[in-house]
Amino acid sequence: MALEQDERSGPRLGDRSSRILGGPGGGRSAAIAAVSTIVFFGVLVLLVVNSPNWPEVREQFFNWRVFRNSFPDIADAFKTNVKLFLSAEVFILVFGLFLAVLRSLPGPVFFPLRVLSTAYTDVFRGIPTILLVYMLGFGIPGLQLSGVPNSQFFWAAVALVLVYSAYVAEVYRAGIESVHPSQTAAARSLGLTHAQSMRYVVVPQAVRRVVPPLLNDFIGLQKDTALVALLGVVEAFRQSQIESAGAFNHTPYLATALLFLLLTIPLTRFTDWLIARNRRRELARA
Amino acid sequence: MSGRPAVELQDVHKSFGHTEVLRGIDLAVPEHGVVCLIGASGSGKSTLLRCVNLLEPLDRGSIFLDGEEITAEGVDVNRVRREIGIVFQAYNLFPHMTVLRNVTLGPRNALGLSRADAEARADELLTRFGLEDKRDAYPDSLSGGQQQRVAIVRALALRPKLMLLDEITSALDPELVAEVLNVVRELAQGGMTMLIATHEMAFARDIADRVCFLDEGVILEEGTPDQIFAEPRQPRTQQFLARIVAAGRL
Repeated sequence: MALEQDERSGPRLGDRSSRILGGPGGGRSAAIAAVSTIVFFGVLVLLVVNSPNWPEVREQFFNWRVFRNSFPDIADAFKTNVKLFLSAEVFILVFGLFLAVLRSLPGPVFFPLRVLSTAYTDVFRGIPTILLVYMLGFGIPGLQLSGVPNSQFFWAAVALVLVYSAYVAEVYRAGIESVHPSQTAAARSLGLTHAQSMRYVVVPQAVRRVVPPLLNDFIGLQKDTALVALLGVVEAFRQSQIESAGAFNHTPYLATALLFLLLTIPLTRFTDWLIARNRRRELARA
Repeated sequence: MSGRPAVELQDVHKSFGHTEVLRGIDLAVPEHGVVCLIGASGSGKSTLLRCVNLLEPLDRGSIFLDGEEITAEGVDVNRVRREIGIVFQAYNLFPHMTVLRNVTLGPRNALGLSRADAEARADELLTRFGLEDKRDAYPDSLSGGQQQRVAIVRALALRPKLMLLDEITSALDPELVAEVLNVVRELAQGGMTMLIATHEMAFARDIADRVCFLDEGVILEEGTPDQIFAEPRQPRTQQFLARIVAAGRL
């Protein structure tokens, strides 16, 4: 009886599987979920496969031979995406935190710095990433300045760093503001300076809280590395365009999509797991 | 008791927006003296303590620590705060640090002690207050009473001239109050100068050299515990104490 009561009380918080199954656990609802899933996807597949032009679409997008031929080169080009993602990420994490700390400086003296940081995040969150990639990637090498890198890969990375730092700064700032003022009061009461209390007390707690939303932004960044294809940098998307043109077939795009999923899905699952774990801890604490 | 004041407040005013929380406070705590502030919630006790620790700037008036005006222009607030310990109602321990790191943060990073010296100092204090087996624990795993004792130790680790205690037992379960109050008693016996805001009237009566009754931002009545608790002169003090007695807290 007690067990039944427990089941009726619904899924536990953070228990993703039971949420996907859409309600209280137990054999009967699992069976319903299974049947409903099979029927739903069965109908979907039948609809697609029986559409008038399916054979042609299958040939154009799901051609195994083209897939096999193009995959190695695309996978090779995908390394550029990963490299771009990893190198941009390091700078984004540092620069974003810098912007957030700048914005949380106290007192009227620092007003100009706060304005600067606010203006930065407003501007760079407001510009479409694709525009900035264009402007920096073609604009700065076009200036032919000496002593400045002319590589379009470099400027594409800079564009991504500029845009994503603005997002990440806001994530950090939310984290900093979520640390209760009494923590700052306690730190300052020990005679620590503002900088010290940020460094030892506020930022470490803030960063811990914002890891999941930061990872969310990373997922976005991973995908946006494809934008540098516009500059002619040969990365996975550009490579698949080349392969596609050579084979008169769209399957290479599918290969690229799969490669991106291979990278983003584990990170997405990990982020969800972290969020669920944090919520369990919060509940345990409360 | 007696002797020159360790801390002295002169005509202290403080407003938040249009609310005047402190309306001219004059108060002195003699060296090695214990002064208790009593009064209803919102009477300004916490604000007064926060002003002494320079966590709130004054609107008017001055505060002296050992004869030095700490509210004067150009005084290094961080230096002043290192000489004053404050313990908060909600403990305010740093949840991401062990007990040991909570206690050594001030000595190491504000006073500039070496890690070894700071830890030796921390261990000595933790042992003195029966917390030596908690040194590597995180605050979350401690009881409220233990957390508050750690908070006291954290403040003491700076070897302050003055301790400010802001209703430090108000957030505790009743059965945990005694262990914290015993720590404060021990400090008083050791000659620590203390300014204590409290709702524990029996404790105040027992430990204080002087008791101040705060009402709407002024000290309405001040005297020895016997005077204040046995024969309060002001009607407001009488009413306040009558309510406390009715609530079974005295």
